[in-house]
Amino acid sequence: MSSSETIPSAGRKPRSIAKFLRSQMRNIAPFLTLIFLSAFFAAASPSFATIDNVGNILTQVSVTGIIGVGLTFVILCAEIDLSIASIANVTGIAVAYFTLQESYVNIANVPLPGWAAILLALLLCALLGLINALGLTLIGIPSFIMTLAMMQIAAGISALLVRGQIAYKVPPLISTLGSGSIGGIPWIVIVAAVMLLAGHLVLTYTRFGRYVYMVGGNREAAEYSGLNVNLILNSVMVIAAVCAGIGGMLGVAHFGSAQQNEFDTYLLDSIAAVVVGGTSLFGGRGGIGNTIVGLFVLGVLNNGLDHVNIDSFLKILIRGLILLAALVINVYAQRLRAKAAE
Amino acid sequence: MPESASPLLDLQGISKAFGGVEALRGVDFALSAGEIHGLVGENGAGKSTLMKIIAGVHPEFSGRFLLDGQETRFRSARDAHAAGIAMVHQELSVAPDLTVAENVFLGNQPTNALGLVQWRRMAREAGEQLARFGIDVDPMTRLGDLPIGLQQLIEIARVLFSGARIIILDEPTSALSPPEVERLFATLRRLRDEGKAIIFISHFIEDILRVSDTVTVFRNGRKVAETAAASTTKGALIEAMIGRGGEALEHSYTNDLMLPSSGAAGSVVLKVDQLSLSRSLRNVSFEAHSGEVLGIYGFMGCGQQELSRILFGKLRPDGGTLVVNGNRKNFSSTADARRAGVALVPESRRAMLFHQEPVYKNTSISILERISTLLLKPARERAIAQRQVEQLQIRPPVVGLDLGMLSGGNQQKVALAKWLTYPPRLLVLCEPTRGMDVGAKNDVINIIRDLREKGLAIIVLSTEPETVLSLADRILVLKRGAVVREFAGEAVSKDRLLEAA
Repeated sequence: MSSSETIPSAGRKPRSIAKFLRSQMRNIAPFLTLIFLSAFFAAASPSFATIDNVGNILTQVSVTGIIGVGLTFVILCAEIDLSIASIANVTGIAVAYFTLQESYVNIANVPLPGWAAILLALLLCALLGLINALGLTLIGIPSFIMTLAMMQIAAGISALLVRGQIAYKVPPLISTLGSGSIGGIPWIVIVAAVMLLAGHLVLTYTRFGRYVYMVGGNREAAEYSGLNVNLILNSVMVIAAVCAGIGGMLGVAHFGSAQQNEFDTYLLDSIAAVVVGGTSLFGGRGGIGNTIVGLFVLGVLNNGLDHVNIDSFLKILIRGLILLAALVINVYAQRLRAKAAE
Repeated sequence: MPESASPLLDLQGISKAFGGVEALRGVDFALSAGEIHGLVGENGAGKSTLMKIIAGVHPEFSGRFLLDGQETRFRSARDAHAAGIAMVHQELSVAPDLTVAENVFLGNQPTNALGLVQWRRMAREAGEQLARFGIDVDPMTRLGDLPIGLQQLIEIARVLFSGARIIILDEPTSALSPPEVERLFATLRRLRDEGKAIIFISHFIEDILRVSDTVTVFRNGRKVAETAAASTTKGALIEAMIGRGGEALEHSYTNDLMLPSSGAAGSVVLKVDQLSLSRSLRNVSFEAHSGEVLGIYGFMGCGQQELSRILFGKLRPDGGTLVVNGNRKNFSSTADARRAGVALVPESRRAMLFHQEPVYKNTSISILERISTLLLKPARERAIAQRQVEQLQIRPPVVGLDLGMLSGGNQQKVALAKWLTYPPRLLVLCEPTRGMDVGAKNDVINIIRDLREKGLAIIVLSTEPETVLSLADRILVLKRGAVVREFAGEAVSKDRLLEAA
């Protein structure tokens, strides 16, 4: 009898380590992917692993990163926001619309002082986020559908504002943050870092952050715990829209122009960054740390593919495959974790 | 040894372990055709594990499995099904959006040569089958529109008439009213006489004794008794189940229990007036007092669940008023209700706990507003959780452990612990002891009595008369959404409750 009892206790330690690793799969896998991709491109191209190029990567992922902060909140709540890229676009266009453009720009714009333009643009994105939120919580439209509609609405507002034209000027503050740099570090990278950090602090150390995780982990239980679930969902939808708006304004400054369909690729990129990083699509698991790793995986991949000689059309396929692999890991990690918890 | 030459099903020395925990230890179990075999035992005694082995859900186990005298190994539930074994699980597993007929024929619809479903034939045959069972519903009704009890009967009917020769029923009667139970038993007896073998699991020992031919008792993964139902008593079975004299507990249910006279109760905490909710509640009025446990008893679907949800702001009533602590309330969210001092523990643990989060986050979620400002205070959360875990004797006493690692009874205690740090004025408990073993049950009963002494108003809603009888100072009986009887300061017993409902 005693011998049969010693077996499980002797086997306990390695098993619990395995269990721990399994439960941490969603954090470990993206990180290993990042290391692997970095090592691969560093070996394949001498121009990849340079200080300059690291700076490039950081700059390239900044707009996605800013948008991804808010999206992380949404996905942690087990919702989705498909309108973020459109909201980014319309906010960028709005801030330009309220800025005095050069005379050759053929847009019927309304020049206002810089602060007013920024304020109006922020109000616009917050309002669109609020409409998303109310559609979701008040009417009960699934976020997938609601934000799909908002994607069109925001694109429509963009179209009406610029009418196929291109605007160039944005307020000086936006221009500096989007395309300026301080001590060799681009401001946009600093803004992205600050926003990611702020998102992380909110999610980890505040009551609101805890509520976000709990609502995502088990919405019914959150409601039976007396949380105001709708208020939390409303908040995350607005946060996502405002983050997207900030990303859009800085993006317009960064690109040097404001036009339609400018941010289309950012929808997929920001969702991919959040999910590739390991934040669960089922809610309640993950965080900004994961989003940062996801951003770098995508950034390294996009940038690295430029450094090696690959057919540029093939690149699109490769990106798709990497995204698929990450999704498989995401769902698989959820299952492993559920098993470890049994 | 059973008298018949070769039993239909013969299990020898079955053992099964999950991780390091032994769920079954060397169990022998034989089942003959034309037999109703009752199974009793506390939760975790091994009944369900054995049934899942028989139904092919757990293919891994040690021991011999003989079907028709042949050594057999099912690799999946599908194999077992093909061999004529069907099981009604404890949880309702129906498709509420499909019609009654589709549910009866789920996965097995009659089709014509082109493979198209023959709707008319399906509806007719489903209607005939259900009529045999005494169920009179339009087979083309959406199943989800029927009361829960009826849905469960239809699910049972589906399994009973699936043509299986071994039928396992796991707690089939918990949601049924007495006439429905009668109908079920009549059908089971008829199927037995047709030569089917039936395994019947229930917490209701009277049910087991009434319908079974043989009764087997499980305790701690072992078979501790097997006897003819005619030659045993409820007391003897309970004693075998819990391994110690259970007379005291037993006594309180069958004999008359004297409810205290109402003079002792404190101030009115909750006043419900003419509460109505379409189809579920009709003009429900009552009061709940501090320092009193109000029991609300009724069969499944009598409106209890809806009532509890209204009290906690999850459902909005169509009419009527709620007055909490003298203030008229119109809760627009559960957060409103919580702030007004109302707490709810719903009947399903899953509905109020976070299984992938540690224990301390579960116990703190509802009180974060009180114990933290903008920023969280994890050390304080842990300290509070530690105190709760010790007070409620939650095992293992590790507040950092994911909740999912705890056993069901301990999870139920965590569900209570959530509300105990800052006790509410009104605590609404749905089925507070459902699915618990005797030990955990007593713990929970003691916790609730303690809270009553502290002056909380407590409402216990249950479909099990035992639960209400063991806790309540005053009892309301709810029937089809209306209060039909109040027991206060008088004698009450299980029989009287059942009679009123």
